Amino acid sequence: MSAEAEVVVSLVARCRSGDQDAWAQLVRMYSRYVFAICQQGFRLSDADAEDVFQDVFVRVYEHLNDIRDDASMRAWIGQVTRRLCLDRLRAAKRSPVTEDEWEAPDPDDALERVELAMDVDRMMAELSENCAEILDRFFRRDESYAVIGNALSIPAGTIASRISRCLRRLRELLEGRPKSTQPSGET
Amino acid sequence: MMSDNEMDERMLGRLIAALPAAPENWERAAIEMPAFRRAAEHVLALAETDAEFHAELVADLEAALRRAGHEPNPALRAAVRHRLADRQ
Repeated sequence: MSAEAEVVVSLVARCRSGDQDAWAQLVRMYSRYVFAICQQGFRLSDADAEDVFQDVFVRVYEHLNDIRDDASMRAWIGQVTRRLCLDRLRAAKRSPVTEDEWEAPDPDDALERVELAMDVDRMMAELSENCAEILDRFFRRDESYAVIGNALSIPAGTIASRISRCLRRLRELLEGRPKSTQPSGET
Repeated sequence: MMSDNEMDERMLGRLIAALPAAPENWERAAIEMPAFRRAAEHVLALAETDAEFHAELVADLEAALRRAGHEPNPALRAAVRHRLADRQ
């Protein structure tokens, strides 16, 4: 079982017993994924994306006891999200749209990219907290070296090399390679 | 010329950037789903005893929720829609 699946199985079990913290963790674990499918995969408006986003998590919460294979939570959430997005598009266009008929607006296939991005996101959880935060701040929040350095009390002049080392480590994790030389204090 | 490593790292950077955080208030509302679920139960209980309210709930969810004293945010609307669908 993958590391993600092990975490999910444990979280779902805790959610079933009414553990609110576990539910919050489960939401945080998949919120980016659901958001990306709505926004990048189907390019829904903000209002429609928010409705689908909440619909997805209602369904997850309501069906916690019915999910047969906890380990496949991501696949299930992805499927529910795509179906609800298609329902939204169908309602807006008042014409049938099936998953087969629908064409991703991005020639590189936006949905496939979201899945790859989610794989990368899961691997980021395996990095040191420092590394994950540096990559998150630089690539997702678009922060400058100075801002990152200031926030993490790291000399700004070392941020570029840290980013490079963290990406290298991430690539190794994705390739399933054994650990190589550890970047100092970052893995 | 770019090395394979540099290309891989650029690609990784793009994939990291492709998964931004969901808006904080959306995530917070989803985390608070159990509370919205309880509010949805209250709304549905009201609809069971008031046919007019039930009809309004189906026709205009937002207005019906306001009439019942609830802020019709997307999380509550989703919880009520799901409950309504379950009972149909």
